Amino acid sequence: MSHDMSDDKLPQAHAAGEGHGEAAVADNPFADPGLPPHEPRRTDIDERAAKRAERQVSLLFIVSMLATVGFIASYVSIDADRIVYIFPLGHISALNFALGMTLGVALFCIGAGAVHWARTLMSDVELPAERHAIEADDETRADVIEQFKTGAAESGFGRRKMIRNTLIGSMALVPLSGVMLLRDLGPLPEKKLDVTGWNEATPNAPIRLVNMNTNEPMKAEDIAVGSLTFAKPGPSALRPAGLQESDEDFQEAIAKDALMLIRIQPNDIKDADSAALGFEGVLAYSKICTHVGCPISLYEQQTHHALCPCHQSTFDLSDGARVIFGPAGHPLPQLKIVTDASGYLVAPGGFEHPVGPSFWERSE
Amino acid sequence: MSSASTSAKQAAPASTRDKPANKAEAAADWVDGRLGIYSLAKANLRKIFPDHWSFMLGEICLYSFIIIILTGVYLTLFFKPSMGEVIYNGSYSPLDGIRVSEAYASTLNISFEVRGGLLIRQIHHWAAIVFVAAMFVHMMRVFFTGAFRKPREINWLFGFLLLFLGFFDGFLGYSLPDDLLSGTGIRFMEGAILAVPLVGTYISFFLFGGEFPGTDIVPRFFTIHVLLIPGIMLGLLVAHLILVFYHKHTQWAGPGKTEKNVVGMPLMPVYMAKAGGFFFLVFGIIAAMSAIASVNPVWAYGPYRPDQVSTDAQPDWYMGFAEGLIRVMPGWEIRAWGHTLNLGVFIPLMLFPLVLAAIAVYPFIEGWITGDKREHHILDRPRNAPVRTALGAAWISLYLVLLSGGGNDLIATHFHLSLNDITYFVRIGSFVVPVVVFFVTKRWCLGLQRRDKEKVLHGRETGVIKRLPHGEFIEVHAQLPQGTLHTLTSHEQYEPVELPAEVDENGVARKVGLATKTRAKLSEGYFGEGNQIPKPTPEEHKEITSGHGHH
Ligand code: FES
Repeated sequence: MSHDMSDDKLPQAHAAGEGHGEAAVADNPFADPGLPPHEPRRTDIDERAAKRAERQVSLLFIVSMLATVGFIASYVSIDADRIVYIFPLGHISALNFALGMTLGVALFCIGAGAVHWARTLMSDVELPAERHAIEADDETRADVIEQFKTGAAESGFGRRKMIRNTLIGSMALVPLSGVMLLRDLGPLPEKKLDVTGWNEATPNAPIRLVNMNTNEPMKAEDIAVGSLTFAKPGPSALRPAGLQESDEDFQEAIAKDALMLIRIQPNDIKDADSAALGFEGVLAYSKICTHVGCPISLYEQQTHHALCPCHQSTFDLSDGARVIFGPAGHPLPQLKIVTDASGYLVAPGGFEHPVGPSFWERSE
Repeated sequence: MSSASTSAKQAAPASTRDKPANKAEAAADWVDGRLGIYSLAKANLRKIFPDHWSFMLGEICLYSFIIIILTGVYLTLFFKPSMGEVIYNGSYSPLDGIRVSEAYASTLNISFEVRGGLLIRQIHHWAAIVFVAAMFVHMMRVFFTGAFRKPREINWLFGFLLLFLGFFDGFLGYSLPDDLLSGTGIRFMEGAILAVPLVGTYISFFLFGGEFPGTDIVPRFFTIHVLLIPGIMLGLLVAHLILVFYHKHTQWAGPGKTEKNVVGMPLMPVYMAKAGGFFFLVFGIIAAMSAIASVNPVWAYGPYRPDQVSTDAQPDWYMGFAEGLIRVMPGWEIRAWGHTLNLGVFIPLMLFPLVLAAIAVYPFIEGWITGDKREHHILDRPRNAPVRTALGAAWISLYLVLLSGGGNDLIATHFHLSLNDITYFVRIGSFVVPVVVFFVTKRWCLGLQRRDKEKVLHGRETGVIKRLPHGEFIEVHAQLPQGTLHTLTSHEQYEPVELPAEVDENGVARKVGLATKTRAKLSEGYFGEGNQIPKPTPEEHKEITSGHGHH
């Protein structure tokens, strides 16, 4: 590649090291005239100005001391739960405000004092310092390479091929132990992502839908047309009390089981399969967005669109929760619902498709 | 070998030093005898630092990092990184009796019961925001001035890694309080990991210790957030600073400043006072900000539950670009052979590091194009490197476009726009805007170069209008002083690399590799005609100044 990289292609300005002398200045108007002479500041020539600057610096340090005293005083005298109104900040914690402001002033004044001192009273004469090339000179380079070669030859690393190769092999393998040790960080996924709490249900032992807020089982007539209700699984063989907040695995369970119930006029439902999974226009969809798993919480009753607040995936609940906008890749899974003997809404089985974000093993 | 024969009596060289003048000198002598501080200090005590406001940006990064560590240690004394459940009954009454995790409860405790705890939490968070912001701006400074060129490429990489780890640790720290907002962020991460083909599900189960959310994620994140990443960052930071010290600062062109010197003021006392003082200024300002502006009020969000969400779920601004990528991506999903490939999440997940990597390797690409193997210590004015400057501006515009995608809901509600329109705009804009910005910036730079040339050749406008004997009005132009002339003309201008002739001297056809061709093309794009204004030569200047006086 060196044929087209000859140095003559490079600009010469610095390489040539334009002279700084008078002669260069005379015949090249662009030559470097050298460092300009130092211009004294007021404080350099006027002792009164210097004294004033000195007092200013000290004053800043004194303010800092006072502020620290104020910090300690605030800490011992203001209650942690005292709320005050300060315009324009509104209602804020008095202690936080007092501590923060005093600490801020104490620190700021030290800084301001030091900087003011440096700017007004310390010398501001600019000095040049030489740079030295980072690269070593040729002699050092040759010397080091020679030494290295001697070392390498003495080790016999290049000569004893068998040792070299087995060393490389062992070094390559040994980190695998570390990787193996990470295995017990968690259990294997198996089919866990495919099932939810609703999979406990069978047509003979269906699970009731329980209102998330009231903890009561629901009937179809409890759900007004156009409203959005959230539900969770009721009692099952495995969970006799239904899913409760006090359950040890509540968070994992609710992350998959949460339901969103809506009621649509049956002839507004565009998707026949979807209508068949519902009961008199009541449809139960997974509340967990199929994009990356946020809970869906916004519903527009005129359009039957549900919107995920995280990245705005929009699902048409009247059309099998098809994605009509946004980054989600597939519809919200729907849960089949029927009613039991007492007229309560129940699920006779689990979701047909895994809920939540998609994953490699997920099949449709 | 010869040491065997050296007698034990032959002691180490005795100190022949004169008696120290006072206690301080005596103490210094004592330390020097053990640590060799005099030799160390000899080169460094009066080390020269050039003065320019933009060099403070790096200092802000350093100081906010120190503040983060100091406050972070304090927070670990009170924070309980556990997802064990407790019933909250502290002094924040709206959440009284609610089932929360210990992590969340202890965060509330720090905020409401520990005196000064809220302040330290706020300082920690504010300092983190300042830290990442300062790293961004510092990096831009280094980029736009070409300070990353040889010998500083490796330091650019160190800095880049610090930025990347800073992002990451910020995200982890944000997740620790286990509030509704942070839990939503972790859910997002789970979804993103699940989108990884083949191993995603396994990684997710190993990371969460089972299914989402489990009870392991907060303690695990805690260890990574306070131990692993800060440890790496501290090492990188020290290496970064050692290199800054070793390379010495860059400086702007100007009279008396060359590639072979560094002009400025000595470490002791001026730089020590200024830099040391600046630490207190930064700390003081962050403390005051924390007193005034509340950031991340987790008590307002409530504890995390996977079936709840707060509508204004927003990541910290520096993650906004990743958030934008994820929001505007169409939901592409491929299903084949019983597997699902979630491209809608996976592509953004890959683009995020790719865009960053492009920035990381930029110095090497530019170095390859210029073929310049010399050291550079004089900074480029951004206008004098139009293509680089335009690339930087294009990057920033891409960031901003994606950020507006990440905040599309906020933009929609604040400006009464359709959310979908914003998303469509971002989808197209991420391709179009950077290109437009690139060309506009380049032209702008060229215009500024032209203006410099004009100034050099014709002098500065004085505002004095003169009437010539024949009645014409002209504005008197004043010659620039030599120092300014030098400053405006000392920058480098590369010539584009030419392809070697198709046949060599012997008439044999030459093989020109693809790499060489690409390089010639790129070089033409950087330095070819229309990509830089030839700078004025002394001859041009002389001709104009000697000819007619009035110009
Ligand atoms: S999680 Fe619902 S749109 Fe991303």
